[in-house]
Amino acid sequence: MRNTIGKVVIAATSVALLAACSSGTTDDEPSDAMSEEPTPAASETSDAIDATGLSLTIWVDENREPAVAAAAETFMEETGATVELVQKNFEDIRADFLAQVPTGEGPDITIGAHDWLGALIEGGVVNTVDLGENASSFAQVAVDAMTYDGQLYGMPYSTETIALIQNTDLVGEDAPATWDDMIQAGIDSGADRPFCINTNGETGDGYTMYPFQTSFGAPVFVQENGSYTSEVGMGGEAGEAFATWLGENGEKGEGYISTTVDYDINNQLFNSGECAYTIQGPWALGSFTDVNFTVNPVPSAGGETASPFVGVQGFYVSSQSENALLANTFLTNYVATPEAMQALYDADPRLPAFEGVDTASAPYPDAIAGFQASAEGGVPMPSIPEMGSVWDFWNAAESAIIKGADPVETWNKMITDLTASLEG
Amino acid sequence: MSTETATPVTRPEAPARSWRGLGWGFLVKLLLMMIVNAVGLSIIMSAWAVEAWAVLAASALLLVAANWVYFARRTLPLKYIFPGLVFLLIFQVFVMGYTAYVATTNYGAGHNVDKGQAIDAALINAERRVEDSATYPLTVVRDGDTIGFAVTSASGAVQVGTEEEPLAAVDGATADGSGRPTEVPGWEVVSLNELLSDQALAQEVTQLRVPVSDEADEGSLRTREGSTAAVYRSSLTWDEEADALVDSDSGVTYTANEYGTFVGDDGSTLPVGYRVGIGAENFVKAVTDPDLAAPLLKVAAWTFAFAFLTVATSFLLGLFFALIYNDDRLKGKKTLRTLFILPYAFPAFLTALLWRGMLNAEFGVINDWFFFGANINWLGDPWLAKFSILFVNLWLSYPYWFLVCTGALQSLPSETTEAAKIDGAGRWRQFRSITFPLLMVSTAPLAIASFAFNFNNFTIIYMLTNGGPRFTDTSVPLGSTDILITAIYQISGVAGGRADYGLASALSIVVFVVVGIVSAIAFRQTKKLEEF
Repeated sequence: MRNTIGKVVIAATSVALLAACSSGTTDDEPSDAMSEEPTPAASETSDAIDATGLSLTIWVDENREPAVAAAAETFMEETGATVELVQKNFEDIRADFLAQVPTGEGPDITIGAHDWLGALIEGGVVNTVDLGENASSFAQVAVDAMTYDGQLYGMPYSTETIALIQNTDLVGEDAPATWDDMIQAGIDSGADRPFCINTNGETGDGYTMYPFQTSFGAPVFVQENGSYTSEVGMGGEAGEAFATWLGENGEKGEGYISTTVDYDINNQLFNSGECAYTIQGPWALGSFTDVNFTVNPVPSAGGETASPFVGVQGFYVSSQSENALLANTFLTNYVATPEAMQALYDADPRLPAFEGVDTASAPYPDAIAGFQASAEGGVPMPSIPEMGSVWDFWNAAESAIIKGADPVETWNKMITDLTASLEG
Repeated sequence: MSTETATPVTRPEAPARSWRGLGWGFLVKLLLMMIVNAVGLSIIMSAWAVEAWAVLAASALLLVAANWVYFARRTLPLKYIFPGLVFLLIFQVFVMGYTAYVATTNYGAGHNVDKGQAIDAALINAERRVEDSATYPLTVVRDGDTIGFAVTSASGAVQVGTEEEPLAAVDGATADGSGRPTEVPGWEVVSLNELLSDQALAQEVTQLRVPVSDEADEGSLRTREGSTAAVYRSSLTWDEEADALVDSDSGVTYTANEYGTFVGDDGSTLPVGYRVGIGAENFVKAVTDPDLAAPLLKVAAWTFAFAFLTVATSFLLGLFFALIYNDDRLKGKKTLRTLFILPYAFPAFLTALLWRGMLNAEFGVINDWFFFGANINWLGDPWLAKFSILFVNLWLSYPYWFLVCTGALQSLPSETTEAAKIDGAGRWRQFRSITFPLLMVSTAPLAIASFAFNFNNFTIIYMLTNGGPRFTDTSVPLGSTDILITAIYQISGVAGGRADYGLASALSIVVFVVVGIVSAIAFRQTKKLEEF
């Protein structure tokens, strides 16, 4: 076994500690929970499972560790197996999982985002999963996002998206219907800036700008039957129209969109009341403590629906796991349950991908509803491996256009370079 | 050795030489070697457990060598240098060798695993659940070495099948409330407990496929967690003799090409490939690919300029302050010197992030305080961004040179300066002919080291500009402040793009060679300084 005794002891202690720190609901209830369910697993067989000596390694990030630890606690109690939670930076997990699964040093299960899926499949490191008894409780959009070429590769548990956040003291609660309405309302409110948006500084941020792009009918990749093809879809007239719009509102135009605004500056501007509207995700709400705000879907700039990217997080099982049976038992019988999903939500409130999760415990329950409305009009972020190559070209072109480069020329060069890079 | 026998009586032996028995020193050595051997053996054993033969052989070799070195009598010099050699082997030679190895492969996106794992993954991708098929309550059963699945169908009948035998009804079987069979005549029921606690058995069960009927097309039962089964059908099979994957639905045969990609006879490819050696192709691509070579040449030029200018400016500024603050008439020198060190004491990445905020064109304090609020885009203009990088790096690194030069100045012999004074040399002449050359003897090697460090100074570039602003006339995503190391990071795609570790390793080796050559030439030049 590759786990030294020391590691196991540390993991076991830390898991126990974390479980003790987390909310008591899951600790008190496992017996009720299991008997209520019609799960044919452990509960109804007379002998308790005793997987003592076996160890399941799970990679989690800092935010989700307490939640997974709570689910693991029940699992460990009932099976005797050890769960070793390895805490990693969420951003590092993708590359590390790709690099370490082939060496046999990878985990059995990892937390991950659905847009990694193409790369994980291309890398041959991820196995298919089954949602088990409660499959029908999962949100269809989340299951679709974790599905690749007709196969389900991950168990979704949360979704996230961006939405329009507006200062209710300045512009009220009503959602603006179009970009022009929003700008007008912002100007009328007397705020320093009617609207601000994070461009990630000089780098550019196609992700945050995407709802406006889709409102011109220029998706990143062409969609066929709901799934993305590798054909770049943001070229042509629609893309040029978006680029022109971006230039008109950029630094050399109206100046609503500026590359001097990065994530922190954007949040600071909104929180100080200098901005009437901004576009952000639920992760930024903690920065908006000084203003009253409400969350609405993003208004359209180009006439069509403004669809933000919807991201889904979930659990992946390693294709090289030696404990595949145990890993699947853990996921289907101890994670895909209402109790575990509630615990995941309580520990890290993101839009749940599971029906029946009570969202009232979140710090901003109303905002969650707003983000949910935004997600309903959203599109899944492409999970095809080609998406990895898009960001650099796309962000840089948007940044250049905002700074005043010729919109159509810059945009078309980006499309040419990107297409060449995808083919080469 | 001969002296021991030649003069046994006439003069007393040195204590070390007269030592004949097992003293404390030997005991301590024995204890240390016991620890070394214990650690070494545990490494060997764990390498054995995970079947890492190369690690096993290397650690066994090193352990034997360690024992020989420290217990043999004639290996005195080796006793001192052996630990250093071991570290050199593990942390330098191995790392470089491995990088060189990766550089000759196409390791990266799509070629991430070895051949066996790629075939596994292709088969996983091709095995699909039969549409609208039911889920069955399942119990694993066995008869001797044969493992089978016992499932309860919707009508309540219990059926048993194995890998060879399709599902067939069994009489007299019982099932529990959830429908899982509890007793099957002729078969021994394997409890879930036993299944989960036996890793080998569990793996066998996850790999077991029980055909639903004689018709292979109707699919097979498989279980993921040991208590339910569902019908799956795989369209791909691995033909070991033909060394090919065959798609039974479309009839396409996928064979691996020399790049480790499975190409079908209709020209389509499978998403998963495996990594193979491709010789010097990565090196050739790094040097000759016009899309890559032209921007990399620009990047290389800026890398040299950046490294040289950083060292030159920070050295001169540090030296200037060192000269001024070395004056004996100055009061409070210690406090002032401590304050000078401060920028050096901050973590570089934090400093870079702070400067990034301060240099912001619209909100940054630099423009607000010093340029009447003008919108000077410090980080967005190619030349200003280069200047900003140099300026911030100067701010970061001149305290180091201040420190080094102060130390060097204080160790200069005062006689030579006095002699020069007596000979009537002015201050400038003293500095140019005496102080500076003497200073260079001790600081030039440090300057070369600093050059090599800045050549690969990833942090400052990544944190301050992230390589931007982007080149507008190239098709690779590189920018005008990218240095070679950040360009390699960008190309390697570790940050989220399409990874190409092979190409990135090849480029790192090229950079390594360049830095090595430059440093070697520079060190040669410094030897001349010592001849003053």
